[in-house]
Amino acid sequence: MTSAISIRDVHKHYGSLHALDGVSFDIEEGEFFGLLGPNGAGKSTLIGILSGLVRATRGRAAILGHDVVKAYRRSRRLLGVVPQELVYDPFFTVREMLRLQSGYFGLGRANRSWIEELIETLDLADKADANLHDLSGGMKRRVLIAQALVHRPRVVVLDEPTAGVDVELRKALWHFTRKLHAEGHTIVLTTHYLEEAEALCDRIAILNHGRLQALECKEALLDRHPWRFIRLQFSQPVGELPEALQRIVVEKGERCVVLRMHKVEDQVGEILDRFRAAGLHVVDLSTREPGLEEIFLEITGEGEAAS
Amino acid sequence: MNPVGLSTLYWKEVLRFLKVTVQTVLTPVITALLYLLVFAQVLEDHVEVYAGISYIVFLIPGLVMMSVIQNAFANSSSSLIQSKMVGNIVFLLLSPISPLEFFVAFVAAAVTRGLVVGLGVWLTALWFVDLPLAHPGWVLLFGVAGSAVLGAMGVVAGIWAEKFDQLAAFQNFIILPLSFLSGVFYSIESLPPVWREVSRFNPFFYMIDGFRYGFLGVSDISPWFSLGVSGLFLALVSAVCIRMLATGYRLRG
Ligand SMILES: Nc1ncnc2c1ncn2[C@@H]1O[C@H](COP(=O)(O)OP(=O)(O)OP(=O)(O)O)[C@@H](O)[C@H]1O
Ligand SMILES: [Mg+2]
Repeated sequence: MTSAISIRDVHKHYGSLHALDGVSFDIEEGEFFGLLGPNGAGKSTLIGILSGLVRATRGRAAILGHDVVKAYRRSRRLLGVVPQELVYDPFFTVREMLRLQSGYFGLGRANRSWIEELIETLDLADKADANLHDLSGGMKRRVLIAQALVHRPRVVVLDEPTAGVDVELRKALWHFTRKLHAEGHTIVLTTHYLEEAEALCDRIAILNHGRLQALECKEALLDRHPWRFIRLQFSQPVGELPEALQRIVVEKGERCVVLRMHKVEDQVGEILDRFRAAGLHVVDLSTREPGLEEIFLEITGEGEAAS
Repeated sequence: MNPVGLSTLYWKEVLRFLKVTVQTVLTPVITALLYLLVFAQVLEDHVEVYAGISYIVFLIPGLVMMSVIQNAFANSSSSLIQSKMVGNIVFLLLSPISPLEFFVAFVAAAVTRGLVVGLGVWLTALWFVDLPLAHPGWVLLFGVAGSAVLGAMGVVAGIWAEKFDQLAAFQNFIILPLSFLSGVFYSIESLPPVWREVSRFNPFFYMIDGFRYGFLGVSDISPWFSLGVSGLFLALVSAVCIRMLATGYRLRG
């Protein structure tokens, strides 16, 4: 079976900067794939190479077996890309823009019913005849998604679709991408939010400084960092703590502590009991999942030295 | 082949200027009329370029052609630089439109704008002056060739320029001198010999001379020769332009 996306030893150099430094991996058809990495890791550059917006310095990429340079017509017809930036053409309305984009892909009037369906599904009906210039950021984001889907691509790539988006729209986008996936699309999503990748993706790649740092199914990746952080606020100053508690404290303030707890081995209830036994009354509690950054340090091995 | 893609892009580029006709059609027509009023008033009694043809009748075809070519250039160059600056050029770059289709659509739209403005200037001028129209076929041929050349140059400039002031420089240092020093306001026969020779290297001169031939039936150079030069120049600019598009120069990072 040919892969939905295949990337072979792709390099992209901007002068002395190596935005991508020999990346190779495959994404199979039907996967929901997460592409993660800090700012400047090379995620958008890689997506650019898949879509033809960026020319690789070296290496090859293909969409469903079609080379993105040599067979660009086929590869582009199979690929829908939602760009990271909120770009739009201020000369046109939402419906005009979608029809134009459909036309660029060689699709005529027969595609109009699909365009109307997209307008409905993405909740754009109210604004379909509004100029793009007058739409809110969230609305523009939806138009970008509709534009990416206008030619019914089998592979859909979303570059940080939920960055700077309110909770409601984020939920709607999650729902929508899940639906696309269920309909058989291959989905590639880049994000800074680990919880998002956790909620949606089957497999995750981590990119850093233009190199692939990890490529695993979600469970395996998250197991690499089985920690969770808990912050406790007390009614009185924290004094000396018993050894059993001291072990898990990573930060200590006047009336608060931050604990690093093992997700499986450490029981929250038990630990709270111990604090109570030590005469401390908890007035507030918040938890934080490990960020990408922490998983990342763990993966690169730098985390060991730090903790 | 993606004919639907090509025609969609063509329509988009035409719609873009039709949505702001005051700026893209009306303004250039008024500008041309101002030139006409000023130059015709000042020079009417002094110059007679061809025997039996008044200066204003000589001037109008040149002014029409100048409007045609300047607007053809403006159409493709400003559309491209805006798309690049705003970032919406990505929609086009993500689509399966080939470099050649991209080129043809932009140039055809530039020709359309050039001819619409040219028609506007001509019709308005007719209101003031009785103008001959000796060979309409030549007029159309040179109108299309001239606006195609400038449309293609506009694509080149629009791709090359990274900021608006670079585009303005291209316009002010290349397009404007070439069009002003091409015999719009005079016949090159009236120039000193050195400048006459220099003018012969200006491709715009042939486009305007041939265009004028279509109206007046007289010209400095045979229209066939002018057509040859214009065609050659069009082929050259097109080749450069398509090559830029095919390599992704400044468009595909
Ligand atoms: N056109 C360009 N010219 C020079 N450098 C570039 C260009 N495009 C990207 N870069 C550099 O390449 C590196 C990778 O950028 P890229 O946009 O791919 O990162 P990213 O992983 O998408 O980051 P983010 O999460 O911030 O979107 C960065 O250091 C960036 O500055
Ligand atoms: Mg990015």
